[in-house]
Amino acid sequence: MRFMYIVTSPQPQIGPTPALLEAVGKLAEREIKAGRMLDTGGLMPLAAGAQVHIADGKLSVTDGPFVEAKEVIGGYAIFELRDRDEALAMAREFMQLHLEHLPGWNGTCEVRAFATQGPPQVHDIGCNAAAG
Amino acid sequence: MPPQAEIERLILATWRVEQPRLMTSLSRMLRDVPVAEDFTQDALVAALQHWPSTGVPDNPGAWLMATAKRRAFDHLRQRRMIARKHGLIAGDMEREQQAMPDPDAALDDEIGDEMLRLVFTACHPLLSREARAALALRMICGLTTAEIARAFLLSDATVAQRIVRAKRTLSEAGLHYETPRGEQLSVRLASVCEVVYLVFNEGYVAAHGDDWHRPQLCNEALRMGRVLTALAPQQPETHGLLALMELNASRMAARVDARGAPVLLMDQNRALWDQLQISRGLRALARARALGGTGFYALQAAIVACHAQARGREDTDWRRIAALYDELARLVSSPVIELNRAVAIGMAEGAGAGLAIVERIAESGALNTYHLLSSVRGDFLFKLGRHCEARAAFEQAAGLAGNRREAEFLLRRAAEAAAAASP
Repeated sequence: MRFMYIVTSPQPQIGPTPALLEAVGKLAEREIKAGRMLDTGGLMPLAAGAQVHIADGKLSVTDGPFVEAKEVIGGYAIFELRDRDEALAMAREFMQLHLEHLPGWNGTCEVRAFATQGPPQVHDIGCNAAAG
Repeated sequence: MPPQAEIERLILATWRVEQPRLMTSLSRMLRDVPVAEDFTQDALVAALQHWPSTGVPDNPGAWLMATAKRRAFDHLRQRRMIARKHGLIAGDMEREQQAMPDPDAALDDEIGDEMLRLVFTACHPLLSREARAALALRMICGLTTAEIARAFLLSDATVAQRIVRAKRTLSEAGLHYETPRGEQLSVRLASVCEVVYLVFNEGYVAAHGDDWHRPQLCNEALRMGRVLTALAPQQPETHGLLALMELNASRMAARVDARGAPVLLMDQNRALWDQLQISRGLRALARARALGGTGFYALQAAIVACHAQARGREDTDWRRIAALYDELARLVSSPVIELNRAVAIGMAEGAGAGLAIVERIAESGALNTYHLLSSVRGDFLFKLGRHCEARAAFEQAAGLAGNRREAEFLLRRAAEAAAAASP
């Protein structure tokens, strides 16, 4: 089951500290080598991109200057995981790094499941946590 | 879901996320992969005992790591105590313990090495294929014994025993911590790829089967395939294997109809093929080729890629497929590959040419309990208008099929042939 993680923050001025970048880098390397992370990336401010709108049946393009948005998307990651529980645990671990390495920062990691085509597939390995 | 089951599910998910870190850290610390696996599982058991009453800790990953490390230290201490009887003094032990590198810090540079070591230990050629598959699913994918048992339709006890025995074999042979290098590497990778492909096929054959645990095996195998390409990026066969699995998995949604009956490749609705997965498969295949890959998996992936890129039966490059099967047959002589070549030749040159190859295989007796031989034979006979013989072949195939859905499908084809035979 595929998930996209989108990190937003109302404080875009607080950039990542070197310690956070290092910790996140380590996590990313581990997850790629564990075969779970498929892609990740940071996003430049909107000024480096553009917006194409449709309103009242008309198409228009805004390529700056932009009014500062309340929540800014700073980065994303795509994971292949077994189920929603695992996706949540992964997001907690990721945000824990922010808690430790970026004091005073507020933000959200949104976890979104990808839509799949065809008949509903079985994603959940769903075993009662019987260890052993 | 009752609260107890709910919290157990959460604990298992949390543990799974931490499992690769626990495994790699502990195996580095203990220099013993099977024992590291024991303590990784112990941490899960400890969490299942404590968290339902204490709640999930703020930093569950740190808790699991601390618990596992404490047990690992106890284990080391015990081992040293035994060693001390043989002359080691206590002071040495203390000093050594303090000098022991912090497993987390050491891991920074070496996660790849440790993961690779896990993969190679779990898939050691000394072990049977079944034991390798079970160990790989435990050590690399973090599945529990119960989950592995369900996926392979075995009892928990059988799988547990298989794992214990495999670990003992590794320990007794002194093979519990090693990474092959140089020439050994590609030889040992073949043993790993074989296991990954076995796991994939177990899931693929059962896709949408009676037990929904089995299809999950495809995802586990894909994950192991990604692990391999990340760890051994210069090995063409790992990319070939990943390509083959991605391309086959891309047809998952189209392989069965609404009633759960299998749909043959040529009859599948290609709009249901997962184009994203196909493009990932083609990328991996291109990488395999760039590295000079013309091995077992890369060749099969190239065959599947011919289908993935075709709009339909007429659009398929059957001559190229037949040529690739030819190449594959030169690499591994196998009647199953010959059977597949017969299918391709049948498409490229007509049912008669295909049937001639099938009859040769049948005469050799190599596949006389393999349902697909009779099934392909029935198909060619049907196309040639020899309906009575086709019916008999399909009925024979149905009797040999191990999967209920497949048997039903073959009986339908037999009925179709019977209807065509009667005036």
